[in-house]
Amino acid sequence: MLYREAGQFKTSYAADQQLFPIRQDRIGILILLAVVFLVIPGFASDYWFSAILIPFLIFSLAALGLNILTGYAGQLSLGSAAFMAVGAYAAYNFQLRIDGIPILVSFVCAGLTAAGAGILFGLPSLWIKGFYLAVATLAAQFFIVWCLTKFPWLSNYSSSGVISTQPLIFFGHEFTSPQEKYLLVLTIVAVMALAAKNMVRSSTGRAWMAVRDMDVAASVIGIRLMPAKLLAFAVSAFYCGVAGALYAFCYLGSVEPDGFSLDMSFRILFMIIIGGVGSILGSFLGAAFILLLPIFLDIALPWVASLLGLPFSSATVSHIQVLVFGALIMFFLIVEPHGLARLWQITKEKLRLWPFPH
Amino acid sequence: MFKCRMSALTAAVSIALLSQAAIAAEEQFFPILSYRIGPYGANGQSFFGGFVDYLNYVNLKENGINGVKIVWEECETEYNNAKGIECYERLKDKAKVSTGPIHTMSTGVAYALIDKAAEDKIPLAMMGYGRTDAVDGSVFPYAFPLVTTYQMQASAILRFVKEKEKGSLEGKKIVYLYHDSAYGKEPIAALQEEAKINKFELTLIPVAHPGNEQGAQWLKIRQENPDYVVFWGWGVMNQTAIKAAQKIGFSRDKMVGSWWAGSEEDTVPAGDAAKGYMSATWNVAGKDVPLIADIEKVVYGAGQGNLGDTSKIGTILYNRGVSAAVLSIEAIRKAQEKYGKGKAMTGEQVRWGMENLDISDARLKEIGATDLLPEIKTSCDNHEGSGKIKIQQWDGTQWVVVSGWIEGNKGLIHPLFKASAEQYAKEKGMTPRDCAKEM
Repeated sequence: MLYREAGQFKTSYAADQQLFPIRQDRIGILILLAVVFLVIPGFASDYWFSAILIPFLIFSLAALGLNILTGYAGQLSLGSAAFMAVGAYAAYNFQLRIDGIPILVSFVCAGLTAAGAGILFGLPSLWIKGFYLAVATLAAQFFIVWCLTKFPWLSNYSSSGVISTQPLIFFGHEFTSPQEKYLLVLTIVAVMALAAKNMVRSSTGRAWMAVRDMDVAASVIGIRLMPAKLLAFAVSAFYCGVAGALYAFCYLGSVEPDGFSLDMSFRILFMIIIGGVGSILGSFLGAAFILLLPIFLDIALPWVASLLGLPFSSATVSHIQVLVFGALIMFFLIVEPHGLARLWQITKEKLRLWPFPH
Repeated sequence: MFKCRMSALTAAVSIALLSQAAIAAEEQFFPILSYRIGPYGANGQSFFGGFVDYLNYVNLKENGINGVKIVWEECETEYNNAKGIECYERLKDKAKVSTGPIHTMSTGVAYALIDKAAEDKIPLAMMGYGRTDAVDGSVFPYAFPLVTTYQMQASAILRFVKEKEKGSLEGKKIVYLYHDSAYGKEPIAALQEEAKINKFELTLIPVAHPGNEQGAQWLKIRQENPDYVVFWGWGVMNQTAIKAAQKIGFSRDKMVGSWWAGSEEDTVPAGDAAKGYMSATWNVAGKDVPLIADIEKVVYGAGQGNLGDTSKIGTILYNRGVSAAVLSIEAIRKAQEKYGKGKAMTGEQVRWGMENLDISDARLKEIGATDLLPEIKTSCDNHEGSGKIKIQQWDGTQWVVVSGWIEGNKGLIHPLFKASAEQYAKEKGMTPRDCAKEM
């Protein structure tokens, strides 16, 4: 009843082509944005901002970046963490070496630097595909981390290789409280997510999807493979790079190259697999699942244990948490191999018919 | 389905937050960021087992610190920076009321928390790890690399080697084999300075994390044929190196490890190969220490021991955990002397206590902790407080201390810290405190 598009007539091309063609979706998105921008900052605690919301948003952005590359353009990559590292170190160096550069400009430059690295490591995609490409992108993972360790200039000759990020100053105002950082991250992520949503339905996005579905066919209908693939790598690395810069500046405050390990790349990959490959919403759902579920289990399990009177030590709880988390991943992959985003899509389709399914 | 889980999560978190608010005033809270699972879980179990056992011991034996009961909450970090931050944020609200120093036992987590902890006025103890330039308390008021640092330790190891070589290292070859991370890289500047002064030839050989493959590195060591290998390993890298040394026939008693490379977890798996291997330490192993024996009697006797596997009592890392807890409790005692006995101390007050620690050998003897710690005396411009280590050697079944207290070359190392801290202050655009006014 509520979610029905009957009666919504499109009378102009603009109306037909808008980002959210269904009125309920538009309202839903506006409400969501209002909640996250206006309501949450008023209520959430520091813990929620620094430990849950900020990392969730940052990883959503990184997952979104990978989803553009893997989900839309069909190029499997294991280098997302490396591109984040490029972004983090680039932003740090732009801030350090150019006097008075606004922080947002360095974030954009960091993204562009990462995009450059993305193009470089995307070159093998012109010749190899699938799992072989994934192995080739591993090179990015190892080479970039090695590079950041090898050349001390990149970490400003810090004896430990760890960089401590500069204060976030924006138009003379310093972002210090978790709340302000959250709003900064949220704004960037919201803008970039909407841009991505827009991009994937443009001719660029359709070219990517054509390449993903069958690249020979795509080239037959006139899509030039090289620009399409390299652009996907560049855009994806740009998103990851900005995510990396935010990760360093707004979340951890200090990063070392080893922090951007293969492990992190895998986590980002799992996020899009669980969330939904080829879906903007899926990137967010996947990030939420991978990041928040362990925390939730961590908090809930001791509570359940004490409720049931079970004598669990903290080590046991941690082990159980890992077990339950693994089991849930398998459960979701079996129940819905196309990810959480697909579940949402099914729900939407059912809602359209509800309450008269036949 | 998803929504329903989210609301369950909100409910669970709000319950957790509510229960956090209810702390009685006369309880001293300890936020414990421990790791008992993950790649370094075995090390963490021993260390945090010792730490918690001592807190329990103070509760059982003396009914708390001057009557203030100690309570604590543990959070599992898995030695992972992001999880460490999550844990910190989770325990922060409680810690704002009263807190003991946070021991992360992880350089990465410590780095990530340094700014946050200073902002929240929660002291951070980094016993024997980094950020080492926090020795300069004027820039890092809330960070304490207590006992000794990597640089001072490297310098002390060289002094030990020098004594073995009858007072001169001139023309000797020393290889520095290190874990290629913040941990392994911090001592390099100090070693290079020492190489200049003592005129020995220094070769740097990094090992990539996790270090279970060191064939190429040891091949290079065989070519170099150094007089000594100074070794900065951690976790699985340690046993691999010891075995590799045996394979190429490099004498293990020419190998000196850092204190992260000198526990039973490293030598026992290496078997025979480890015999003769040396490492730095500041606490002895074994249950001969009166305090350790007493903890076993009092805490485990009451059935409240933290370790499931009691054979770990008295290991190097267990005893180190106890030594960390001893320092924390002593800092709180010191703070109580100034701010009121029998009261729970806030982070700010504990910070003062940590900056004014003065633990003499007599005091260590009084609590039965002789041999667990060197004498410690901290101040605003010296958050390290000691800089002394001992060298221990594995005799095939246990660690035996083979030297007295050795102090690193403070005159050489501390100015390096000062310079690095100044650079940090400059990057961050902050003004250091004036230590002359902090008395």
